[in-house]
Amino acid sequence: MTETPLTITSRQQAAGAGRAAPGLFHAVRRGAIFLLLAILGVGFTLAEPAFINFANLMSVLQAVSVVAILGAGITVTLAVGGFDLSVGAVAASSVMAASYAMVVWHLDALETVPLVLAFGALVGLANAFLILWMRVPDLLATLAMNFLLTGLQLIPTAGRSIATGLILPSGDSATGKFDPDFLSIGRAQILGGVPLPVLLMVVVAVVLHVLTEHTRYGRLFFAIGGNEVAARLAGAPTQRLRLSAYVISATLASLGGLIVAARVGRGDVSSGASLLLDSVAAALIGFAVLDRRHPNVLGTVVGAIFVGVLLNGLTMLNAPYYTQDFVKGAVLVGALSLTYGLGRRRL
Amino acid sequence: MTPAVSSPPLLTIRGVRKAFGATQALGGIDLDIEAGRILALMGANGAGKSTLVNILAGLFPADAGSVRLNGAVFAPASPRAAAVAGIVTVHQATQKVGAAGMTVADTLLLDQFADRHAPLFVSRRSVRRQAARIAASAGFDLPLDRDFGEIGPADRQMVAIARALSAQASVLILDEPTASLSQREAERLFSILEGLRARGLAILYISHRTADLSRLADRAVVLRGGQIVADMARPIDFDRALAAMIGRPIASAHAQARAAAGDPVFDLDGVRLHDDAPPIRLALARGEVVAVTGPLGAGKSRLLATMGGAERLRHGRMRLSGENFAPRSPADAIAAGVVLAGPDRHQSSFVPSDWPGGTVAGTIALPHLKRWFPSGFLVGDRERRAAEDAIARLGIRASGPGARLDTLSGGNQQKVVLARWQAEPAKVLLLDEPFQGVDVGARADIIAALRADRGTATLVATSDPEEALEVADRIFAMDHHGLAPWGAAEGVAA
Repeated sequence: MTETPLTITSRQQAAGAGRAAPGLFHAVRRGAIFLLLAILGVGFTLAEPAFINFANLMSVLQAVSVVAILGAGITVTLAVGGFDLSVGAVAASSVMAASYAMVVWHLDALETVPLVLAFGALVGLANAFLILWMRVPDLLATLAMNFLLTGLQLIPTAGRSIATGLILPSGDSATGKFDPDFLSIGRAQILGGVPLPVLLMVVVAVVLHVLTEHTRYGRLFFAIGGNEVAARLAGAPTQRLRLSAYVISATLASLGGLIVAARVGRGDVSSGASLLLDSVAAALIGFAVLDRRHPNVLGTVVGAIFVGVLLNGLTMLNAPYYTQDFVKGAVLVGALSLTYGLGRRRL
Repeated sequence: MTPAVSSPPLLTIRGVRKAFGATQALGGIDLDIEAGRILALMGANGAGKSTLVNILAGLFPADAGSVRLNGAVFAPASPRAAAVAGIVTVHQATQKVGAAGMTVADTLLLDQFADRHAPLFVSRRSVRRQAARIAASAGFDLPLDRDFGEIGPADRQMVAIARALSAQASVLILDEPTASLSQREAERLFSILEGLRARGLAILYISHRTADLSRLADRAVVLRGGQIVADMARPIDFDRALAAMIGRPIASAHAQARAAAGDPVFDLDGVRLHDDAPPIRLALARGEVVAVTGPLGAGKSRLLATMGGAERLRHGRMRLSGENFAPRSPADAIAAGVVLAGPDRHQSSFVPSDWPGGTVAGTIALPHLKRWFPSGFLVGDRERRAAEDAIARLGIRASGPGARLDTLSGGNQQKVVLARWQAEPAKVLLLDEPFQGVDVGARADIIAALRADRGTATLVATSDPEEALEVADRIFAMDHHGLAPWGAAEGVAA
C-alpha cells in the first residue's frame, strides 16, 4: 500500500509519458471494451442477422443477469479490500432453500423470498464474523464458507434435487409445489418484453453504482480497501462498513439464487456450478472498463454483458459449447493485460 | 584523514540531463566525486536529488551526458549492474529491502541467493554464519533470527545499510539514512561512515538534517530546479546552503514564544503509557504549539495515539475542556474535536493514488464526509471548495483539487495532511512526525500555518530537536515513556 519515493518517481514518469503522448491511445484504452462490444455486435449481426433482434438481446441480458448481480456484490467486497468467494455457494444453496421452503414446507412466494434473502444476509454475517472477529483472511474465510454451503445444501434432501414428489430422508414424500408467483420472478416480462431478471439486474446495478460512487459510504468503502489504517484514523467505522459489504454481497447472491430457482422451477443440486468463477471474472473484467483499475459496479455489469454477448454470438455461429470456458478465459486474460500491462512504462 | 585533493575524482558526472514528460528534472549536472570523501547532496523536494541518485543507482538512464567511474564509462542497465560496478544505494524506503516471512539473516544474504553462481543448496547454519559476519563487519548488532516484517524502521535501515556494505562498493549512496534512527543508532552509523571514508569509499549522503551533515560532510552540493546552485567545502555554511536550496534567505529558525497562551483546553494527569512507565502530566492551551521530542521508541507516537483515541488509555485520566475524555476510537476523538495525523503519511493518511479518493480533495474530505454530506450523497462542491481553499491558503503546488497525490512532492503531500485536519475547527491537533521527508520551504509553510491557528492547541511529536525548536512555544523531552521539560541544558525555557 505504501507509496515509496521510488514508485512515486516511476508514477511521475508514467504520468509524464501520458502527458507527452495524449489523446488517441488513452481514449482507446478507456473505451476498449465498448469498442470491442460494438465490433462484436456488428460482426455477429453481419454473420447472423437474428443476433440484433430485441428478443435475442433480451435473452443475452437475461442469461447474464444472475452473474452480473453476483459480480456486483463481489465488487462491493473488493472495494473494502476483501473478496467474497462464497457467492457461488450462497446462490446455489439459496436455490435449494427456496425450493425446500416451497416444496417441503409449503410456503408461498411472499414467505419464501424474504426467508431466502434473510438466509443470504445470515451467511454474510457469518462471513463477517469469521473475517472480522476470528481474523481469518477473507479469501480463506469465504472459500471455506463456499465449501461449507456447497455441502450443507445437499444434506436436507440427502443429495437429491428438489421437485414435487421428492422422497425425503425420513421416507415421506414432499407434496408442495413451486408457487406460480415465485416462478414469475424468473419468467415474467414487463414493459413490452423486458424479462424481470433483467430489470432486477438494472436496479441492483444502479443502486450499487450510486452507493459506491456517489455516497459517502462508498467513499469510505474505498478508503478502507485502499488503506484501512488511514480510514480508521480518519474516524471511519471500519468494522461496521466491512461487515455491511459482506452482508450486501451475500444477500445479492441469494437474490441471484432466487432468480435461478424461479427460472429453472426446481431445486437442482448443480445449479450454481459456474456462477462463482463467472461473477469473479465479470468483476475483474470490470477493472478494465473505462481504464478505472479499481473495482466498479458498472464495469462489472458491462464485463458480465460482454462475456454474455460473446458467448451468445458464438453459440449462434454454432461454436461448440465446450469452447465457452476457453473464450471466457481469453477475455479475462486480455482484459487484465489491458488494465495492468499496457501504457505503464517500466522502470 | 582525507586524502589529498589532487587525486583524480572517482566518479565524474558531465552534462547529465533527465526529463520526465515536460518536466526537466535534471538540467545538465557536472559533478566530480572523490574517493575518501563524504559529499552531502542537499536540495528541496523536487530539486532533482532523487533523479540523480536513481540514475547512479541504475534505475533509469540519463537522457544526455556521461558518467565515468574510475575513468570507465558507467551506464548501468539495472540496480544490480550498478552494484556490481561498485555503486551501492540505500534508498529511504527500507520496507522493500526484505519481506515479511524472511528472517533478517536471509535478508542480508538476498543478493547471494539471487546470484546464479552461488551454491544451490543453503543450510540455515551457513546462512546464519555469513549473516553474522556481514552484520559484524558493518558494526551493527542485528536481530538475525527475527522476521524482517516484525522489526522496526531503525533495524530495517541498519539491515539495508549492512547489506549494502557487504557488496564491494567504491561509492555508497545513502538517502536520508537517519530519518528513522535514534540518536545513538545514528552515532553508530556516523562512526561506521567515518570508518568507510578512511577506507577510501566515496559517500554520497542525502539528508535534510543539517546537524548530521555538519558532523559528517567534507563538501556540500546544493541542487535546485535540476541545477547545482552551490558547491561548498568544509567548513560548510549551512545557512547559505539552505538559502541556496529554497532560493531565498531563511528567516530566524526559532519560533517566537507567544506573549500569552489562551485558555487551557486539554490536560493529562497521571497518564502512564504502560504499566511501569512514569506518570505523565501535560496541559495544552488554546493557540499554543507544544512539541515533544525524543528518540524513536521513546513513546511519542504512543502518547499521541492515546490522546487521539487510536490506543486505549490504560492509566490516569485525560480532560478536554474540563470534561473527562476517554475516546474509544479515533472516531470518538474526532467527534470531540481531538484530531490526530499519524506518522508516515502514506501509512496513516493516504489511500493509493489510483484509487477512489486518492486525490487532494478526497484526502482532505475523508474525515469530514459525514458533516459535509449529511444526506449521504456526494453532491455539491463542498469538497472541491475545501481543497481550493487549502491549496490557496497553504500554497500547495498541485494542478487542482482533482490532482492525484502521487503527483505532489513530499512537502506538498504533508500540506494536504495538514489541510485535512484544519478543514474543520479542532480543539486539539496532534501531529506525529509532520516533517518527515519535507523540504525546508514546505516546512516553513507548515509551521507558519500551525502557528497562525489561534483556536487550536497543537502538539507536535518529532525526533528532531531542531524541528521542535522551529515550531514550538514549549518543548518537552520524552524518554522511556516519560515526559520532562526539555531545554535547561539546551537553553530553551519549557
